[in-house]
Amino acid sequence: MKAFATLLDRLIYTRSRNSKLALIAAYLRETPDPDRGWAMAALTEVLNFPAVKAAMARALLATRVDEELARLSRQFVGETAETIALLWPDSAETGQAPSLDEAVAALRGATQVTGAAVLTGLLDRLDSDGRYALMKVALGGMRHGVSARLARQAFADAFGVPVDDVEELWHAVPPPFTALFDWAEGRKPRPDLAATPFFRPFMLAHPLADDETVNLTDYAAEWKWDGIRVQIVRAGGETRVYSRGGEEISAAFPEIVAALPLDCAVDGELLVRGDVQGGDAASFNALQQRLGRKTVSKKMLAEAPAFVRVYDLLALGPMDLRPQPWTARRAQLEAVIGRLPADRFDLSALIEATDFAALAQQRAGARDAAIEGVMLKRRDAPYIGGRRAGQWYKWKRDPLTADCVMMYAQRGNGKRASYYSDYTFGCWSDTGELLPVGKAYSGFTDEELKWLDRFVRQNTVQRFGPVREVEKTLVLEVAFDSIHTSKRHKSGLAMRFPRIVRIRKDKPAEEADRVAALRQQAS
Amino acid sequence: MTEIDWIIPHPDGIYVVPADVWIDPSRPRPHAAVTHGHADHARSGHKTVYATPETLAIMGLRYGVQPDGAVACKYGAGFERGGVQFTFHPAGHVLGSAQIAMEFRGERVVVTGDFKRRADPTCASFEVVPCDVFITEATFGLPVFRHPPTGQEIAKLIAAVRAEPGRCVLVGAYALGKAQRVIAELRAAGWHDPLYLHGALEPMCRLYEAHGVPLGDLRSVANTPKEEMAGAIAMCPPSALTDRWSRRLPDPITAMASGWMRVRGRARARQVELPLVISDHADWDELTRTITDVNARENWITHGSEDGLVRWCELHQRRAKALHLVGREVEEVE
Repeated sequence: MKAFATLLDRLIYTRSRNSKLALIAAYLRETPDPDRGWAMAALTEVLNFPAVKAAMARALLATRVDEELARLSRQFVGETAETIALLWPDSAETGQAPSLDEAVAALRGATQVTGAAVLTGLLDRLDSDGRYALMKVALGGMRHGVSARLARQAFADAFGVPVDDVEELWHAVPPPFTALFDWAEGRKPRPDLAATPFFRPFMLAHPLADDETVNLTDYAAEWKWDGIRVQIVRAGGETRVYSRGGEEISAAFPEIVAALPLDCAVDGELLVRGDVQGGDAASFNALQQRLGRKTVSKKMLAEAPAFVRVYDLLALGPMDLRPQPWTARRAQLEAVIGRLPADRFDLSALIEATDFAALAQQRAGARDAAIEGVMLKRRDAPYIGGRRAGQWYKWKRDPLTADCVMMYAQRGNGKRASYYSDYTFGCWSDTGELLPVGKAYSGFTDEELKWLDRFVRQNTVQRFGPVREVEKTLVLEVAFDSIHTSKRHKSGLAMRFPRIVRIRKDKPAEEADRVAALRQQAS
Repeated sequence: MTEIDWIIPHPDGIYVVPADVWIDPSRPRPHAAVTHGHADHARSGHKTVYATPETLAIMGLRYGVQPDGAVACKYGAGFERGGVQFTFHPAGHVLGSAQIAMEFRGERVVVTGDFKRRADPTCASFEVVPCDVFITEATFGLPVFRHPPTGQEIAKLIAAVRAEPGRCVLVGAYALGKAQRVIAELRAAGWHDPLYLHGALEPMCRLYEAHGVPLGDLRSVANTPKEEMAGAIAMCPPSALTDRWSRRLPDPITAMASGWMRVRGRARARQVELPLVISDHADWDELTRTITDVNARENWITHGSEDGLVRWCELHQRRAKALHLVGREVEEVE
C-alpha cells in the first residue's frame, strides 16, 4: 500500500502529462503482481465495493472523532476520503500495513454487515497517506488527473508494447490483469480475444475550424447526435456495451445487451425514447440518469427505453472490418442493420447535400434537440483509434446563449474547495421575479474565477450552509447546447451543458433575459 | 463569577475601554497596541503605537517611517494607561511577535495575536501566561491540521533539490517570518549553499540579520545567471510562484511552505508540486494544549476556524465563545 500511496500523492501534485506517465510506468515496473494490477484497476476506477459508501465511512469516522468536528473538517477539506485520512487517529499498534492486494480482498469480501468492521481494521493499520490511498480505492473519485486512457498509455510505455493492443486487451482480462502483465513482460503470448467481446479504441473527430470547408465527394455527412457514444460488441456468447472512455457500461443498459442477435461490433450513439423530455430522441438528461447505474429499475426501462443509432460496423462474425474504407464498412452496415431489432437499433442516416454551402444551410436549419451538429467522415478512411488529422470532423451547432443573473454560489470540491465556483443563475419571470434556470461551474478562466469568488464573498446576503445567496446584480452570459422543459427548476426549464462564457459587468441585472424568451427555445 | 466588561471585541479590533487602547485595530486609532508586524495586525496610521522594538522596526520597514508616537515595549515590560497594565510576552509566531497581557482590577486578559508552540530559530518561544480570559487565534482550529515535524519537511525540500540537479526548487514563503524561518531551518539542517531570493524578500531578511538572526549566504535572483541556480533553492513570495518572474529560474519545481499544505486540495489549488507543511501558527494539538496550559476561566476564539476550537472547548467543559473579527485575511498572511 505504501508504494501505491506514494504514487497517488505524487500524481496529485504532478502537472505534466509526461511526468505522470513516467511515474505510473516506473511504479508498474517496480511493483510485483498482483498489487500493480489492483493499482491499475484503482487508477482507472473500475473497482467498486458496494459495502463501502461515503456516508457509511463518515458514520464510521464519527466513532473515532467528534461528529461535529468531523463535519466542520469535511466542510473545510471538501471531500470525505481526505477528511478521513487526516482525522482518523493513528493507532498505537499498527502492525504490518496491509498490501494493496490484501486491502482489495478485504473490501471485496465485505458485506453490508461487515463493511464497517473491515474498513476500520484496514484504517487502523495505515498512516495518513495510506488511509488516503485506501479511501480513494474504496470510494473511487480519485481526482488525480489521470484518465483511464493515460493509465493504459503508461502501461504501454512501461513495457514497450503498442497502446492500441493494450486498449483492446484491457477489457478481455479482469483485474488484477496478471495475464496482461505476463504478456507485456514477454512471459506469455498475447491473450486470444477471438471469443471475447473486447473494446476497440474509438475513432475520434477533430472540430472543423470556422473558416474550413470540405469537399463532399471526399467526405460523407451525418448528423451528430446528442447522446452517448457507445460501442456494442458481441462475441463468445457475451455482449458488452462500452462508453467513449472504454469503460464497460453494460449493466446500465440491459435492454441493449439483450437485443443484439449476432456476433459483431458496432459504433453508434446511445439515445433514449419516451416522454421523459417531451418525446422523440431528445434524451441526454434521461441518459444521464441511467449512466453509472449498476442496475436499472423496471420503471426506467419503461419510461426511458434506450436504443442505438448505429453509424459504423467494426467487426462482423470473425472479420475485423476496421482496415476497410468507410464506404465498404457503411455498405456492410446497411446490409446488416435489417437483421437487428428495429426498436433497439436504427441506422444513422446520411445527409444528402449537393455541396458544402447546402450542407451549411441544413445544419443551420436543424432544430431537433437531439442534433448536436454535423459529422464529416472521409469516405476512404479506415477505422483507426484516436483522433487522426483530416479523417473525421465534427461541426457542432453554434451554442445558444442567454444573459442570466447570479443568484447563489457554492464552494467547489477538491482543488476548488477554497473557491465559490459553482453558480446558480436565473432569468426574470413575467411578474418580475428572478427564477433559477441553471447551474454552471465552468467556462471561466482562473482569473475570472478569482474575480467571481471575490464577488460572491463581498456580495453575500444570506448563507445556507455551504451555499451563499448573493446580491442579484451580476449578469453572466451563459452558453448552452440546448434547453428543455424540466421539473427540477422553478422556471420549468433545464439547460444542457451550461457554461459561463462572459461576465457582463457592463450589463444591469434588469436587462437580463426573461424566462419566457428562453422557453421559446426549449424543445 | 462576573463577566468581563472592560474589554469589548469589535469587528475591527479588540477595544480596552478604560485605557482607550485598541489591540491590532484594522482602522487608524489614537492608541493601538500591536501584537506583531503582519499587515493584517499592524496597520499604518495610528497616533500612538505600543509594540515590541522588533515589531516597530518591521512596521518602520513596511510603512517607510515609524509612527511618531512609537512606544517600544520589550518582552516582560509594557505600559500603563487608564489603570490598565499592559505587558508584552513572546508569542513564538515571528520576530518580535507578542501576546499582550492586560490587568485591570485584579483580572487578567491575554490576547495571543498569532502564535505557535514549536521551536523556531528566528524568534523567542511562546510563554504560557495564566489569565482569566484567554483570547486566542484559531487559524488551524480544526483537527485536520497537524503539522509534521519541521525537520521532516526540510528534509523533503533538500531531497527534492538533490533528486533533480538540473532544476531548482522555488519555495513560496511570506516575506515576514516564513521566509527567514525556512532559511534558518535549512541552515540548521546543514544546507549552507547560497540561497537565491526574490527582491521582495531581501529587506526583511536583512532586518532579521540586524536583529541577530544569521541567515548565511543570501543572493539575489535578479543578479544571478539562470544556469548558476540549477540544483539550488530559491525563494519568493507566494504570489510570484507562478508569475512570469519565475521564468528567470531553471525549470523550477514549485514548493510552498504553509500549514494549509496539509490539505491536498489547497496545495493543488495553488498549483504546488512540492507542498511543505511548515507554519507560523499553532496546529490543532498546539492550540488545544495551549488552552489547557493557560487554563483560563473563559476562552475567546478568533481569527480562523473558531467553530472547531469552540466545539473542542465544549467537549472539554471549558467556557468559550467565537469572536468574528473582520479584515483578517487568514489565508493570505499565513
